[in-house]
Amino acid sequence: MSELRLMKGNEALAEAAIRAGVDAYYGYPITPQSEVMEYLMAANPEKTTGMVVLQAESEVSSINMVYGAAGAGKMAMTSSSSPGVSLMQEGISYIAGAELPCVVVNVVRGGPGLGTIQPSQADYFQTVKGGGHGDYKLITLAPASVQEMSDFMRLAFELAFKYRNPAMILSDGAIGQMMEKVELFDPIPRRTDEEVAQQCPWATTGRKRGTQKRVITSLRLVASVQEEFNIKLQKKYKQIQENEVRCEMIGCEDAQFVIVAYGSSARTSMKAVELARKSGLRAGLLRPQTLWPFPTKELRSLAERGVQGFLSVEMSAGQMVEDVRLAVNGRSRVEHFGRMGGVIASPLDIFEALKQFAAGEKKLF
Amino acid sequence: MELEDIIKEENIVFKKTKLLNDKPLSYCPGCGHGTVHRILMETIEELGIDEQTIGIAPVGCAVMAYEFMEIDMQEAAHGRAPALATGIKRVYPNKYVFTYQGDGDLAAIGTAETMHCCNRGENILIIFINNGIYGMTGGQMAPTTLEGAKTSTSPYGRDVSTMGYPIRITELIAQLPAVRYVTRQSVHTPAAVRKAKAAIKKAFEYQAEGKQGTCFIEFLSNCNSGWKMSAVQANKWMEENTFKYYVPGDIKDNFKLLKNPVVEL
Amino acid sequence: MAKVRGAVVIDKEKCKGCGLCVETCKFQVLQLSQQVNLKGYNPAFMVNPQNCTGCTNCAVICPDAVITVYRAKENE
Repeated sequence: MSELRLMKGNEALAEAAIRAGVDAYYGYPITPQSEVMEYLMAANPEKTTGMVVLQAESEVSSINMVYGAAGAGKMAMTSSSSPGVSLMQEGISYIAGAELPCVVVNVVRGGPGLGTIQPSQADYFQTVKGGGHGDYKLITLAPASVQEMSDFMRLAFELAFKYRNPAMILSDGAIGQMMEKVELFDPIPRRTDEEVAQQCPWATTGRKRGTQKRVITSLRLVASVQEEFNIKLQKKYKQIQENEVRCEMIGCEDAQFVIVAYGSSARTSMKAVELARKSGLRAGLLRPQTLWPFPTKELRSLAERGVQGFLSVEMSAGQMVEDVRLAVNGRSRVEHFGRMGGVIASPLDIFEALKQFAAGEKKLF
Repeated sequence: MELEDIIKEENIVFKKTKLLNDKPLSYCPGCGHGTVHRILMETIEELGIDEQTIGIAPVGCAVMAYEFMEIDMQEAAHGRAPALATGIKRVYPNKYVFTYQGDGDLAAIGTAETMHCCNRGENILIIFINNGIYGMTGGQMAPTTLEGAKTSTSPYGRDVSTMGYPIRITELIAQLPAVRYVTRQSVHTPAAVRKAKAAIKKAFEYQAEGKQGTCFIEFLSNCNSGWKMSAVQANKWMEENTFKYYVPGDIKDNFKLLKNPVVEL
Repeated sequence: MAKVRGAVVIDKEKCKGCGLCVETCKFQVLQLSQQVNLKGYNPAFMVNPQNCTGCTNCAVICPDAVITVYRAKENE
C-alpha cells in the first residue's frame, strides 16, 4: 500500500531508494544532504531489503563504488551537494564512458568554492553541459517538491537502466530540507542475482565458461573506435531527447509572458504567476522536470504561438536562460532573473521582475 | 629418443593457462607484469573460481589487463580500483574480487582509496606491482622510486629532501587491523614465481571464507625499459638494490604482524 | 633406469627475446636466435635440446607465457 507521510525531501528520497529496490548506496556526508545517508543508516535496509549502505572515505571513492556496483548490473546510487559533486565529476565521466546506469543526487548549494550551505541552482551548467571531461550527457531530473524527490528516485533508475546512462537528480537545499506531505509508492522488491544476470547481460557478474567475458571500460585507444563509440552515444542521446522530455505547463495556454523555472525557483515563480494574473498580466509557468533532455520543442511551440517573452528564473547568474534562448531562437524576448549565493527570490521579487520584463526592461538584477 | 617422441600432448608438463588468451601481452620484453598476470590466472583456474571472479584493472601499464585475462573485468580510473572493488564486493559478497594496481596507482593517486578499502577490511585481494617508476607514461618518478634513482622527472636522482622518501606503503597497510594478509613477493626467479603463486592462492583461499579482512600482495618487479637495462640486468639490479629497501617476505598473516617494519630514515 | 627427457616449444612469433629463460636454464638448453621474428625480436630456441630435463623453469619465468614444456621417460 502506498503510504502518506510528512517528510524532509532528503528523507523522502532515501525512503524512495529503499522502496525502489536499490541495491547499494555509497555516500559521503555534506550539508545540505547528509540526511540521505543518515536516514538510510537508521533505516538499516540491509536487514530488510538487503540494500547496502556504506559511508565512503570521499566523494571520489563513493562515485567509484557506484561505478563498480553498476558495472556488475546492480542499482547503485550516491548523493552529495555541489562541492562533493564536483569531486565526483571524474567518476561520472567514466560511468558515462562505460555506459553504466546509476543515479547521482545533487542537493545543490551556493558556490563557487566552498560557497554557502543554502540552496542554489548554480550547478545547472555542470549537470547538463557535461561537468566532467568528454562528450556526454546526464539524464537530469529536477524535483520541485518532496513528492517528486520520492517519485523521481524510481524514475531516475528506470531511465538510467533503459538507456544504460547515468541519471542525475538535480535538487537544491530548499527541496532537500523542507518538510511536506509525501505519498510513498509501494515497495518494489530488489532484483535477485539471477534477474540481474538475465536483465544485464553486459554486467560483470563472473564469466560463465564457454561464454564471452564482459569488460566494463571507457578506454578505447584507437581514435576511430572512440569516434564510433561517440557516434553511438550521440544516437542514444538523440533518442533520449526525443522520448524523455518531461515538463509541467501552468497557465501557458493564453500567456503573453512565460516564466521558465525548475526546482525551488518554480515554486516561488508559481506564486509570482498568480500575483501577475491577479494584476491582469497574462503570465504562465513552464517547469522543466527534465533539464536534460530540455523541453526545447515545448518552448519553441509556445514562442511560435506568440508568447511575447520568456523569463528564466533561476538561483544562479543565468545558466538555464541560455537553453531557453536556444529553444526560442530569436522568436521572442528572453531574459533572466535570479538571486545567487543561496538567496531565494521571493514571489514578490519575481513578480516585480516580470512586470519590468513585460514593460521592456532588460537588466533585471 | 627423438624430439617428436617427447613433444606429445600427453607429455605436457607446462602450458599457458586458458584464462590468459592468445593476444600478445602489451608489456615490454622481460617485464614482471606478464608473469604476475599468468600466475594470477593460473591460480584462478586451478582453484576453479573463474566463473565467480571479477577483476579490476588500473591505469598504468596494466590498463589493458582485461584484454588478456579471460574473466569478467572492470577498468578503473587512476587509483580508484579499490573503490570499484568495494562497490562490487558489497553487492556480491560471494564472488571473488581482486584489484591489480601499479605503484603510482596504489601508492600515489589512489592512496586514500587503498588505505580505506584496507581499513574497512574489504574481503578482496589487492595485487600491487611495485617497479619504482611510472612505466606507461615513460619513466617518471613514482612514490616508490628509490632514493637517488634517476627518472625523467628526477633527472638528477630522487632527492628525498624535496621529493620525499620512497614509500613503503605495504608496511603501512600491514598496520591496519582489518587487513588479514600482507606479503611482499617478486617474480624474478622461478623459485620466486612459485612462492608468489602460493601467496596468491592463499589470498583467494582466505577470501573464500567470506569474512572481513583484506589480502594485500606486493610484487617487486623490474621495469627494464624504465630503468634502461636489459631484463636480466634489471632483475639482478632489483635483487641487489630494491630488495634492501623493500625487503621481500611475509609481513602479516591471518591478522598477525610477523615482523615490525624497519624504517631507516 | 628410465631417464627423464624434456623438450620445450617456444611460440616464436610471440617471444619477445627478453632472455630471462636463457639466463634461468641451468642446462644451457636455450639461446636467443640470430634471426628476428615478425615483431623484430630475437626469439629463444633450443640450442642444446639433448640437455633439457623438462624442469619448467624457463616457462615459469617467461613473462609472455610462450613456452610449453614436455617431459617423457626414456625407456631403455
